[in-house]
Amino acid sequence: MRLLSRIRWLPVYLGAFMVFLYFPILLLPLFSFNTGVVAAFPLKGFTTRWYVQLFDNQVMLGAAWNSLMVGLAVSITSTVLAICAARAITRYKFPGQKPATGLIMAPLFLPEIIVAVSMLLVLLQIGIQLSLLTVILGQIVFCLPYSMSVLIAGFEGFDRSLEEASLDLGETAMGTFRRVTLPVVAPAILSSLLVSFTISLDEFLLAFFLSGTETTLPVYIWGQLRFAAKLPEVLALGSLMMTASVILLTVAEIVRRRAEKRVMARGGPNA
Amino acid sequence: MSGRVRRWAGSEAARGLALISPTLLYAMAMLLLPVIIIILFSFWKQTFLTVDHSFRLDNYRAALTQPIYRDLFLRSLWISLTVSVATVVMAYPVAWYISFHGGRNKNLWLFLITVPFLTSYLLRVMSWKLVLGYNGVLNSLLLWLGLIHSPIESLLYNADSVIITLVHSWVAFAILPIFVSLEKIDRSLVEAGQDLGDGLFRSLTKIVLPLSLPGVTSAFLIVMIPTVGDYVTPKLVGGTEGVMIASAIEVNFGRAMNWPLGAALSVTTMVLVASAAGLMVLALRLAVRGVRR
Repeated sequence: MRLLSRIRWLPVYLGAFMVFLYFPILLLPLFSFNTGVVAAFPLKGFTTRWYVQLFDNQVMLGAAWNSLMVGLAVSITSTVLAICAARAITRYKFPGQKPATGLIMAPLFLPEIIVAVSMLLVLLQIGIQLSLLTVILGQIVFCLPYSMSVLIAGFEGFDRSLEEASLDLGETAMGTFRRVTLPVVAPAILSSLLVSFTISLDEFLLAFFLSGTETTLPVYIWGQLRFAAKLPEVLALGSLMMTASVILLTVAEIVRRRAEKRVMARGGPNA
Repeated sequence: MSGRVRRWAGSEAARGLALISPTLLYAMAMLLLPVIIIILFSFWKQTFLTVDHSFRLDNYRAALTQPIYRDLFLRSLWISLTVSVATVVMAYPVAWYISFHGGRNKNLWLFLITVPFLTSYLLRVMSWKLVLGYNGVLNSLLLWLGLIHSPIESLLYNADSVIITLVHSWVAFAILPIFVSLEKIDRSLVEAGQDLGDGLFRSLTKIVLPLSLPGVTSAFLIVMIPTVGDYVTPKLVGGTEGVMIASAIEVNFGRAMNWPLGAALSVTTMVLVASAAGLMVLALRLAVRGVRR
């Protein structure tokens, strides 16, 4: 655009910004292949030893399994709850809509430590044993705002006349939902699942406060960070997790775009 | 009577309420109730192993007057304020570039900015220990360049290293809301202004900046509020000079076993950050109104 082509330093700044963003992160995979235990230059030599050690580490594998289970439970539950709320907000008008939405979105605007300690306080007061279940209960609250934002955006683009047309043409309510509503909002549901899964997988503070003897992956990593000798293994683990997340979200993005194209081709809401 | 009830039950309002109720009840049970209980606790008193339930302000007196807590509050507020200003200032040109020059690659740029945030949060913080540490990358680089003769010790374990690390962790969260608000700006407004002789500076201060204010405001809030209570970053890269209030809260709920004091510290943190954020939003509005004149 004509107006902004005048700022010559902007691309330079953007380059510097990307270096700032990526440089520290790229050190993780770099040092995870380094022979030396101390993460410092000069690099000593190439090794895959840390990765091999990682897969023999039963405690780590246990924590990874826990994280996977917690992530699945959290992403499914928070997506289902967010579908109800997002549909209610975008489809109906009802008294108390604003405060209700505000409460559900509140974790975005609260320091996480406060959410964590207040939940801890209540759970201990009621006498509930801390376990992976309490981690799941807590993380759902934390993921809801993200699922909600994704789903509200998805539902807002939804044209209600499509549903009405389907009903008028004799489709049942269930059939309309399955054959009209679902295909249109499916991409939003999928990204809600993925976003909440990734958030849960990486969530540390709630898991730290609310987990009992069984730990999730971030809590395990936190424990390992105290030991300098464990660092390369942790770096290897982090690099693997990063690769997995990148692949996951890339696939999600491709799926979302395909779905978008398909809806558009059919003359859907965005056509 | 039953007719009226039935009519209400079939109404828009009732259907909406019914549909949102599972989510709302969940948020009430797991968020509203805990916050109310922590506020109650902050007025009680820990006496050895039991909690005295009579109303008192002792915890707040301790939270606000004991020098250790006062220092922690001030430092946490200062750090979160600095971090939020820095992230918004750093993020604005990036959001600007993507929105106005991104062309067909907007989504690609946004994706590139998100990728670093797919690394574990703990390891992202840890990576700054690798950069700023005594044997770290920055020291090695400076030594190799011959700019220094022995490693600088003061790079890590202070408030500055906490600020740098937090900026790095949060900057993408500031780009997205600003980008969204820039996207909403009607480009013909800018063009009209330019046709009438606006320079770049005037376009920026009179049109783009005021119209992107909602995005800038939410960027501020989205960064400032969570960072004030950050626990991981000060623990890993803060040392003793960079300790923040979250550590004190954690100690009182853990080892020190003084829940009421921990509760009072939490409530004070919420109140302080909410007021600071409110002032910030107000100041921002006034500043934009000022440059617009």
